[in-house]
Amino acid sequence: MFQDTTAMGREQAPATQNWLQRMHLDGPLLAGVLLIAAFGLFVLYSATGQNDRQTFSQAIRLGVAVVAMLIMAQVPPNFMRRYAGAAYAVGLGFLLVVLIAGSTSKGAQRWVDIGFRFQPSEIMKIAVPMACAAYLHYRPLPPQLVPLVILICLIAMPAALIARQPDLGTAILIAASGGIVVLLAGLRFRVIFSGLVLLGAGLPLLWQNMHDYQRQRVLTMINPQSDPLGAGYNIIQSKIAIGSGGLFGKGWTNGSQGQLEYLPERSTDFIFAVIGEEFGLLGLISLLLAYLFVIGRGLFIASQATDTFSRLLAGSLSLTFFLYVLVNTAMVTGLLPVVGVPLPLISYGGTSMVTLMGAFGILMAIHTNRRLLPR
Amino acid sequence: MANLQAIKDTATEQRLFFNRLLLAVLCVVVGTAAVAARLTQLQVFEHETYSDLARGNRIRLEAAPPTRGLILDRNGNVLAQNLPAYQLEMIPEQVTDIEETLARLFALGLLDAEQEENLRDRIRRSASFKPVTLRSRMDDDAVARFALQRPYFPGVDIRARLVRDYPHGATAAHILGYVGGLSESDLRRVDNANYAGTTQIGKTGIEATYESELHGSVGHREVVTNADGRALDFQTRDEPQPGMHVYLTIDLELQRLAEKALEGRRGAIVAIEPSTGEVLAMASAPTFDPNGFARGMDSDTFRALQENLDRPLFNRAVSGGYPPGSTIKPLLALGALDSGRTSVNRVINCEGHFSLPGSTHRYRDWKPEGHGLVDLTQAIAQSCDVYFYQLAQDMDIDLMHEYLVRFGLGENLGIEIPGEKAGLVPSRAWKRERFRRRADQVWFPGETVIASIGQGYMTATPLQLAHMTATIANLGVRVRPRLTHRLEDPLTRDTTAREPELLPAVGNIDANAWQHTIEAMRAVLQSPQGSAFATGSGVDYTFAGKSGTAQVFSVAQEDKYDELELDERLKDHALFVAFAPIESPEIAISVIVENAESGSGVAAPIARQLADHWLSR
Repeated sequence: MFQDTTAMGREQAPATQNWLQRMHLDGPLLAGVLLIAAFGLFVLYSATGQNDRQTFSQAIRLGVAVVAMLIMAQVPPNFMRRYAGAAYAVGLGFLLVVLIAGSTSKGAQRWVDIGFRFQPSEIMKIAVPMACAAYLHYRPLPPQLVPLVILICLIAMPAALIARQPDLGTAILIAASGGIVVLLAGLRFRVIFSGLVLLGAGLPLLWQNMHDYQRQRVLTMINPQSDPLGAGYNIIQSKIAIGSGGLFGKGWTNGSQGQLEYLPERSTDFIFAVIGEEFGLLGLISLLLAYLFVIGRGLFIASQATDTFSRLLAGSLSLTFFLYVLVNTAMVTGLLPVVGVPLPLISYGGTSMVTLMGAFGILMAIHTNRRLLPR
Repeated sequence: MANLQAIKDTATEQRLFFNRLLLAVLCVVVGTAAVAARLTQLQVFEHETYSDLARGNRIRLEAAPPTRGLILDRNGNVLAQNLPAYQLEMIPEQVTDIEETLARLFALGLLDAEQEENLRDRIRRSASFKPVTLRSRMDDDAVARFALQRPYFPGVDIRARLVRDYPHGATAAHILGYVGGLSESDLRRVDNANYAGTTQIGKTGIEATYESELHGSVGHREVVTNADGRALDFQTRDEPQPGMHVYLTIDLELQRLAEKALEGRRGAIVAIEPSTGEVLAMASAPTFDPNGFARGMDSDTFRALQENLDRPLFNRAVSGGYPPGSTIKPLLALGALDSGRTSVNRVINCEGHFSLPGSTHRYRDWKPEGHGLVDLTQAIAQSCDVYFYQLAQDMDIDLMHEYLVRFGLGENLGIEIPGEKAGLVPSRAWKRERFRRRADQVWFPGETVIASIGQGYMTATPLQLAHMTATIANLGVRVRPRLTHRLEDPLTRDTTAREPELLPAVGNIDANAWQHTIEAMRAVLQSPQGSAFATGSGVDYTFAGKSGTAQVFSVAQEDKYDELELDERLKDHALFVAFAPIESPEIAISVIVENAESGSGVAAPIARQLADHWLSR
């Protein structure tokens, strides 16, 4: 590679770009994400009861997800901004189709079949924050009343449709991803607080509209011992798995809770407990630090972004990623009710992995397309 | 106020964003700290408690495998059932001294000394918390001896499980099939959750075809175990749903009779009730004992079964493609009469051989001196080949093909067990398709000649021949042959019966043609010149049939077929098809005895035996 010192510091000279930049990738983010994903495969082999086939198919999915990331990284943020509305409209259309004619899996309608099956709610995980950020891009910040009402509608419509599937966990997280955009846009604190008060007042209403199993989960979180063999079973077994892991864990593939299948959903939603049992506190804290590194890098990218859309989108995607980690780990450790949120990059399963990596691709696109020269 | 064109104050907006971002970072740190604090609480301060919980009293969700459904004959005789078997298991981490424990078990004579090395090896390789099977089948005596000593063997216990058992051994083995250990490839095609706890799966036969019905669905129970891993208590969460009982159309007595008739030979018998298509008996000899597969056999025994020259595992009744020989002559006669290519009164002089016009090649009759003057009835009764050689010239192969396939020859009949072969009815079109070389695609006149006596390319399975005979008995109504009569829910006793299923009928055939053909088939057994007159004499019902003797080995033009010089396996196959009574048929039978040389001499008496038994029941 050429060393062209004269070009340094002036502007991006093609000769000084390394291969990462040429591919619109961000080294630290890529390293952090791949490290977690690789550790995830390693853990998954143990968490599936040493099932080669499942581990292999997860590796394939990871490969597909990395491709999705590479593709998204090539899309210029300006392009995303222009088509955010369209993506949102398509996603909303699919959600309506699911509600009317979706196929049912495990009692909930979440899938739509267009040659292959996919969950439209996955599109919305990205489309909602993107549409909100694009909407705010052109408007003075902090948002005034009318834009605020429009934003609330933008967020509430898909969230309500997803909650009807019913998939309350995803609905809340998607609403949160849009809400984060609004908060980052500089929503006044008094508006935030009055919103919180309103939400508190609305809780009884929410309770009344919940499904029985959803109420049961909340009750179970408050007192898991109330029904040790029923709804509380998952949480009790998960806490035993983590607690018995101690400081250093029982060793890879040696956790009795996970391997003997005392722990339900061991390879999906409760995989964090398998890590706790086999790698102990040390393993869990290291994993949390790795997550923090990825989130921190995402927030750094947001702080370096040079336009409103990029800034808000990057901030929202990073913080939503954090929310996934927080909700899953808090659920597995019994701090939150059991909502079906997988541990990002590690839990067994396909669609969410692709969306997640796509989001990292967007972060990279934002970072590699920023204007480097001060105006 | 809501001025959308308002100027954006970029600097202020950026400052605002940074403020909010800092707030977000604070939230991230607080949230992560909360989780980390919780983890510290669980893994450091409460570690002891949870460790005890993990090691000691455990509530464990265990799959309760469903009981496999029974297979019974049409009268409710059990053909496949489940018997309890006991096995000795050890959970290594719960045993204080593995060596010492093993030594004591050997001393009690509970373990096989020959397996010692193998056993130690398996214990070493297994995860310490997983049960290792020390001995798979314990007799009552061993169970009793261990039960007395059980308190002195922490971590070792007896587990009962159900093992498939075939109480009649080899009887109907080819129909039932067998179950075997659940393999990796089985797991790939079944719902794994439903097979948790299941150890056996249907590998072939009815056991495989009706696997999902026989299996049932899994239940779950929560088992509370103590520190030794012994189950203290359990609570059922959902009951397993036992598998359905499958009632076959087979009649156990008739099946036994058929298998006894084939004892010591190779061959197959199929008996069908013409009006319903129900298969009353289906025998294939030699046979095997499916219990070996269900209980597990060593590789030497398995290899011996597989390499046996007589192929006992092969179901000849549905998979064996045999030249049908003269058994198809009634069909050809029917076709020739129906299409006007011959008449009842036409007489041919049989001199024992036949030549095509302009050729010196002699097609021999089975009777070297010839049958003399024969009409159609006598041609069938005496099985005169020369008459049919001539008939084939009058009909031509494509017309013969048309009539034969209308009766289901060359076609899969859709019987419920795997391995069914379609057989082959040749035609000009088939030969063009089948061969690549131009020269091979030409249909030769001589091939038509030998096709008329069911030789050459033509093959049919014993099942097809029985179906063909049943269709003649039904005067052209085709009913799909089947082995299953009904399914029964073991809990509610609700039954789902399988109704007779009609196949596309044979189509319009002249009523006189039917009458003459069946009359000729009756003459086979009940006229003094009939080839099976000896078999047919003394029956008190009307009996129609046709013998066949199919060549396995072609005899060169100038040689004579010498029974003594031929290797036993190259001798002709003996065939017979029959149905009775003619007025209201109750049974249609096909019998094939490999290398038994004489259809009328060997196969016909077997058919009579079955018909006698069935009609006198």
